[in-house]
Amino acid sequence: MKKRVKILVFAVLLSLTIILLSSCGKENKTTLNVYNWGDYIDESVIKTFEEQYKIKVNYDTFSTNEDMYVKIKSGGGNYDLLFPSDYMIKKMINEGMLQKLDFNNIPNYKYIEERFENLDYDPQNEYSVPYMWGTLGILYNKTMVTKPITAWRDLWDEEYKKQILMLDSQRDSIGIALKMLGYSMNSKKTEELEAAKQALIKQKPLVLAYVGDDVKDKMISGEAALAVVWSGDAVYMIRENPDLDYILPTEGTNLWFDAMVIPSTSKHKTEAEKFINFLCEPEIAFKNTDYIGYSTPHIEAKKMLEPELLNSIAAYPKEEELVNSEIFDDLSSVIREYDRIWTEIKAE
Amino acid sequence: MKKKWLSYPYIIWMLFFILIPLILVFFYSITIRTDEGLAFTLKQYKRFLEPIYIKVFIRSVYLALISTVLCLLLGYPMAMILAGRDFKKKNIMVLLFVIPMWMNFLLRTYAWMTLLERRGLINTFLSFIGLPSLNLLYTQEAVVLGMVYNFLPFMVLPIYSVLSKIDRQLIEAAEDLGANSFTIFRKIIFPLSLPGVTSGITMVFLPAVTTFVISRLLGGGQFTLIGNLIEQQFLYVGDWNFGSAISMIMMIVILLSMGVMSRYDKEHEGGGLW
Repeated sequence: MKKRVKILVFAVLLSLTIILLSSCGKENKTTLNVYNWGDYIDESVIKTFEEQYKIKVNYDTFSTNEDMYVKIKSGGGNYDLLFPSDYMIKKMINEGMLQKLDFNNIPNYKYIEERFENLDYDPQNEYSVPYMWGTLGILYNKTMVTKPITAWRDLWDEEYKKQILMLDSQRDSIGIALKMLGYSMNSKKTEELEAAKQALIKQKPLVLAYVGDDVKDKMISGEAALAVVWSGDAVYMIRENPDLDYILPTEGTNLWFDAMVIPSTSKHKTEAEKFINFLCEPEIAFKNTDYIGYSTPHIEAKKMLEPELLNSIAAYPKEEELVNSEIFDDLSSVIREYDRIWTEIKAE
Repeated sequence: MKKKWLSYPYIIWMLFFILIPLILVFFYSITIRTDEGLAFTLKQYKRFLEPIYIKVFIRSVYLALISTVLCLLLGYPMAMILAGRDFKKKNIMVLLFVIPMWMNFLLRTYAWMTLLERRGLINTFLSFIGLPSLNLLYTQEAVVLGMVYNFLPFMVLPIYSVLSKIDRQLIEAAEDLGANSFTIFRKIIFPLSLPGVTSGITMVFLPAVTTFVISRLLGGGQFTLIGNLIEQQFLYVGDWNFGSAISMIMMIVILLSMGVMSRYDKEHEGGGLW
């Protein structure tokens, strides 16, 4: 008798656990798991989509491409839609991590400017729809610097000791050092990488902090004089604090594209395509661009923007301002080297 | 013995969420993925012995030790005040001390960021009274401050619980025999409170040596601690093998330090919170 009670209690406990654990995933509405950069969408847009299409959106954010890649690669998250950058898209295509898109489901693709088609990372234009593009540059506080800021070299200026905010992102920081030294941002040469590492170690005493999205708060409140930022964040920060200004360093910088892709593990491809199409609707694209401040590849959305934004170097740099700039290449073969360098710089 | 089955869920829990992950971590730490599959290697452990990682390790232990000592220096008097006989509003004090712990730990650390910033509250006040502003945030001191602030209750509470259990008659007897208050403290109160002190030290040292949030938020990513190193390997670099090896080394260090602590603790009863 007693034994039976034991077994009963045990069974109840076990089934309770199972019910609790399994109830997480069950819902009648389809859920779309979206994984995007932090602060990279006007969240009201998501709500509009949910209401219009009766699809629930589960929205998650990441802070660097590597961060996102590691999570997808290790099988986490079950995401249906990602927003990685150029070189990461190339890497994921090469590793078979992405699905080809069905452009019949994305009629709004016609609004994307032609110069963003068939870019190097997706030469046949099969896997991705451009979301935003931009540059990497220096944001500086006009009241806190004494001479004009023009180049990456200025980030190594002793005068700004403890007034410099660097990005906590290995590819960008190492790229900056490489550019400053006159090398390519896509260098695979050991000596050049070693030189970049030494440069970054030398710079470390001057750096106030290695930051992510918190750079915005810090620069707006005047915490630091110089910061490495992405162009769209610069637009936002300048809007909030007119003392700030953005430059593209003379050594050249990184020109990047973030695009929407669907991972091969996704089970909701059609819904994800609906979401991509929705984000390419002119009104929605404009709303997003206006909110996040990055440069849109969307023809109609761009037309709706204020003219002064179209003339700003942060938002829409001219061709001649980008001469020395490079697009990141997939560096899978030497990525271990980059990892190690960054680990050692941070550990120093 | 009759209620043995009550422990089954716990055993299952332990198996799935403690034992198996632990085995996985150990497995990752001694293997490496090659083209022919998995291979046994101790390279990860060897890598940790490189000067740069040893430096990180020493930095972690050093900062954790400083924080522990500061917590002890601040926490012991605090515990004595709380346990004091003539202190009427004791319960309110204990409550005031515990309430901040109910708030999320991250939130409290973020609050320190806004206090310490160059344009933050403290510096605004300093410049208001005509003093030059200080570089407070993103320094080693800020990291230590964050640790002390967050872990102080773990020092105070065990000491307090031991102190409040000390038999008053012992102290009265010592007074009758002519001992002054310093002698009483040295010969009676302090030795009797040692179990609380040791458990307080372990409870502060362990989280301090493994933290990664505090050093990132208040140190601005410049003071890499062991915790940051592990986090970086798992989340950003994706080198699970090296990350696992560091975790294993850390676990061994923690076990050793707990072993050392429990030797001091042998004759006494533990100090409560464990």
